[in-house]
Amino acid sequence: MESTKPISGELLRLKEEILKYALDYGLDFYDVIFEVCDYETINVLAAHGGFPNRYPHWRFGMEYDQLYKGYAYGLQKIYEMVVNTNPCYAYLLNVNNIVDQKIVMAHVYGHADFFKNNYWFASSDRNMMDVMANHGTKIRRYSDRYGQDKVEEFIDRVLSLENLLDVNILFERGLGKKGNRNNKNGDKEKDLEGERQDEGMSSALKSFMSSKDRDDRRKKDASKPKEDEAPPKISEKIEKNYRDIMLFLLENAPIEEWQADIIGILREEAYYYLPQRLTKIMNEGWASYWHSTIMTQKALRSSEIVDFADHHAGVMAMSRKQLNPYKIGLELFRDIEYRWNSGRFGKEYNDCTDMRMLEEWDKKLGLGREKIFEVRKSHNDITFIDEFFTKDFCERQKIFTYTFNPNTGRNEITSRDFEVIKAKLLSQLTNYGTPVIEIEKANFANRGELLLRHKHNGVELDLQMASETMKNIFFIWKRPINLVTISEGREAYFVHDGKEFKTLKM
Amino acid sequence: MGHSIKRDHARFRKIVKGRIRTNLRQYISRGEMPTPKGDGTVKIPMPSIETPRFRFGDNQGGGTGQGEGNQGDPVDGEPQPGEGEAGEGEGKKEVEVEVSIEELASILGEELALPNIEPKGKKTIQSQTDRYTSIGLVGPDSLKHFKRSYKEALKRQIAVGTYNPENPVIVPVRGDFRFRSAKSTVQYENAAVVIYIMDVSGSMGDEQKEIVRTESFWINLWLKHQYKDIEIRYIIHDATAKEVDEETFFKTRESGGTLISSAYKLCRDIIKADYNPKEWNIYPFQFSDGDNWSTDDTKECLDILDNDLIPAANMFCYGQVESRYGSGQFYNDLMKKYGTEADKVILSKIENKSAILNSIKEFLGKGK
Repeated sequence: MESTKPISGELLRLKEEILKYALDYGLDFYDVIFEVCDYETINVLAAHGGFPNRYPHWRFGMEYDQLYKGYAYGLQKIYEMVVNTNPCYAYLLNVNNIVDQKIVMAHVYGHADFFKNNYWFASSDRNMMDVMANHGTKIRRYSDRYGQDKVEEFIDRVLSLENLLDVNILFERGLGKKGNRNNKNGDKEKDLEGERQDEGMSSALKSFMSSKDRDDRRKKDASKPKEDEAPPKISEKIEKNYRDIMLFLLENAPIEEWQADIIGILREEAYYYLPQRLTKIMNEGWASYWHSTIMTQKALRSSEIVDFADHHAGVMAMSRKQLNPYKIGLELFRDIEYRWNSGRFGKEYNDCTDMRMLEEWDKKLGLGREKIFEVRKSHNDITFIDEFFTKDFCERQKIFTYTFNPNTGRNEITSRDFEVIKAKLLSQLTNYGTPVIEIEKANFANRGELLLRHKHNGVELDLQMASETMKNIFFIWKRPINLVTISEGREAYFVHDGKEFKTLKM
Repeated sequence: MGHSIKRDHARFRKIVKGRIRTNLRQYISRGEMPTPKGDGTVKIPMPSIETPRFRFGDNQGGGTGQGEGNQGDPVDGEPQPGEGEAGEGEGKKEVEVEVSIEELASILGEELALPNIEPKGKKTIQSQTDRYTSIGLVGPDSLKHFKRSYKEALKRQIAVGTYNPENPVIVPVRGDFRFRSAKSTVQYENAAVVIYIMDVSGSMGDEQKEIVRTESFWINLWLKHQYKDIEIRYIIHDATAKEVDEETFFKTRESGGTLISSAYKLCRDIIKADYNPKEWNIYPFQFSDGDNWSTDDTKECLDILDNDLIPAANMFCYGQVESRYGSGQFYNDLMKKYGTEADKVILSKIENKSAILNSIKEFLGKGK
């Protein structure tokens, strides 16, 4: 069986109950539609990144392969899945017991509230269900016309650049291409309506319009006398810190119409998933905060306590090799709530040196709840950690850093020093854990070559991977790709000319 | 919905197997073949294809963790209870699971896309199987059939008029109980024998034997999966051949020269004595580093192959293990004679451990 069906009976009754609790606590979300499905279906959906309909590509098959094997051998299990759309879709696994379903529902309302209210999600296309399906249709059509291998190969190349995104684009109006959107002030209700209509036509129509644009430009270009060797004259267009590399290639690379469209499609999807990568700790922490709050204070029956504790402990398990975002997020939100309830913040508290006073500090402000709602609105993982990860918290949570010791051949705890740990955490989160790559020149050495700069922040690139990636960019840009980075402690230039990767003597 | 993922999945499998999109080959990490670990667990490889991206090198070193411990304490080792339940992260390349031999064989078959073997000969081996298909009046409590017992009790109570629809309590008595009982069926199975021949002359080192051991483990596994009863015989040889038990087969290291014909003769005699080719599926597997004493002996070998072994066998498999001392000439001789298209002769070169998988596929991929 491969389908989902709406919840009914007992589950529907539970949903109504938990929905009421969530609303009473002040959570604010788009409608959440719960559906029940079997494991096969949830694997398919998960492999597709939460959507029933995506473009054909082997990597979804790979995801599926891994999920399905993991499940078949009893190693992993997906409990819940929620999709950031309006309305939100959430999937419940049909074999879960009732306690698990309740936890999942409460957890999902937490996510749904986060999706709607966190600023980093403000420009999310909430109509993504349709957009993804449209993307699928388009790419299938290109596959029919140009051959599946050819289209898939091009997609593979573009996927190589999928992580070269500019975080700031999330705050520009609609990915830099989309129509006016303004839902931060003004009449919210009305705006939402307008927005939805706008989105309804946005994807298909806009990409059609942009392709018209390109066509016109191409015709103009074609009318000019053709100079085969002449590099594209666009160098003056490059602004400082140009990081939206997919957009740059889409607009400037000498590629076919369908190829440009595919870059646009993949870029749109990449930006759709970006906020989730930027707020992993907060998002999971927030959802976990709410499932534990709603369950322990309202929804839990006494007969369910052991099952709940078991499930919750499983989700919160600490690992010695990797921080668990659910755990850290939840604990941070609780810590913030506690600090703002008792007034343990601000100049007066920070300047206090009397240990006993600090110990007993309680101003009974009761601002905790309000504060965490505010935090979930305006922060992302980096600012969240930066602002609220305190020395006290770090010690209470027993966090440490470790490194590999080549002498003993194992990973060992290196430090419990707060400053070191925090610096490490922040550096891991910087630019969602990927290197910052910028386009510096599009007419490098006056030969139409691309010059990329790796903004070095202490960690060097994997050059093998960099070489392969540059090769893929070469196939799109069709001129040599240069890269300046720091290798073995020194600034180094590399170039990939489509055939080989080599060091460039400067 | 499921339809399109099936297509993506099939495509992924094809890429991993190298049938299409061969330009992706370099990005495939397939892990190793399923490896049994002795404690009942098996490592199952999960092939994955990594899209190249700009990313940090491995020198960033370590990370952050949570838990007890002092500076210098290791963080690896046994996972804590419950750890990783909420995990997601990148797909692990290999997973360790407990599987039965039967499952392991199916995994192997699926990974390598091995065809089922079509046995030859009559089904001569009798085997008895018990299936719980009928119902009896006696039996152990563990086999009690509750539904049937309930029905009997209900029938009895209605018949004697003690059944009260207002208060439908059914109390079974001893005579009501019914039990699942077994029915024996006799099935006729195909018979099969595997005869391993290994060169144990001085030039075969431990590394080569390890390869042979691993390879024969998988071949046995697959053939056992295909035939219900299977006999396995082992022959070792240097200049002379003898039949040995399994342990000796893998442990013995002799020195001296190599006369492959001696082993072939012994193999021929074993088949003549014990295995009538009309009734048995016969699989001789020979492993050698390809050194033979003389070209005369090689000629004799080819004669025995042509006249006795090949006609009797389902297929004759020759696996040549790379060795520093071996010349590998025997492979070339066989290749010259039989080529790659020969119906019943399969030749395979096994350069190192990672070539085992391919070699197994070559041997068993024909389904004979």
